[in-house]
Amino acid sequence: MSISAEDRQLIAACQAGLPFVPAPYAALAEELGTSEAEIMGRLRALIGRGVIRRIGIAPNHYKLGMTANGMTVWDVDDEAAEELGPLIGAMEDVTHCYLRPRARPVWPYNLFAMVHGGTRDEVEEKRARIAELLGDACADSDILYSTAILKKTGLRLRKNGG
Amino acid sequence: MIDKVDREIINSLQEGFPISALPYAAVAASLGLAEDELLQRLARMKEDGVITRFGPFLDAAAMGGAFCLCALAAPEDRFDEIAAKVNEFDEVAHNYARTHRLNMWFVLATETEAGIAEAADAIEAATGLAVYRFPKLREFFVGFRVAA
Repeated sequence: MSISAEDRQLIAACQAGLPFVPAPYAALAEELGTSEAEIMGRLRALIGRGVIRRIGIAPNHYKLGMTANGMTVWDVDDEAAEELGPLIGAMEDVTHCYLRPRARPVWPYNLFAMVHGGTRDEVEEKRARIAELLGDACADSDILYSTAILKKTGLRLRKNGG
Repeated sequence: MIDKVDREIINSLQEGFPISALPYAAVAASLGLAEDELLQRLARMKEDGVITRFGPFLDAAAMGGAFCLCALAAPEDRFDEIAAKVNEFDEVAHNYARTHRLNMWFVLATETEAGIAEAADAIEAATGLAVYRFPKLREFFVGFRVAA
């Protein structure tokens, strides 16, 4: 999927964040020399195509007191994972849930679910709930806590090309 | 710190912000707040770092790039050296130390699919360690929601 130069410009303009003014789309339109209706139409189209997943807030988990996060990983029967994955993805405080390839013998796990909590105990409780949900479909599991952020550049879109 | 109203704002805005002429007014009304108060609270939370970002979230793959979660097992006595070597690569977007024999987990972001294998191979060559690749096969995406 590719996006037009206009869409790229729009995305770049709102990458730093939507302005906190009553009419933010009009403000963006002014910045880009176009109309508010045009901006809103293009944003809706980008959401429709899945390029933009949502417009919203990303809270800082740490500032919310959610200082513990664990990457829970599960060795789940592949067929069952298709059915159970969506249920785990829908759980509160599970922020990412993916099916990935295993790398046996080092790595038998195929289902990854990131779990957030105020303490490791809370994270463990949520992990237990996932285990319950997976039941017999799960052969093995583990949890990996992050101990340090070694690098965090994040994803930024370049203004030109790419 | 943040109060109950801030938490309600965070919870309601994680799911989606309206695309309309006066979106803050609409959100404020649904929370029983004045538009002004909502704007002030958002600005304060942004300034205090409670809100990391507010705006459109992109599906990276839809933009044409490629992404892959990777991991390696760095020997403890070489951990810092390996981390520095891995981080030197521009393709490494995030890198976390984690509690496991595979103790270094990073995300590669490249312009093309082929770029992932090239970067992972180059990291193997630079570190002398196997880079395990865990591309996303399926995503069970519902939201990034946390209960504030």
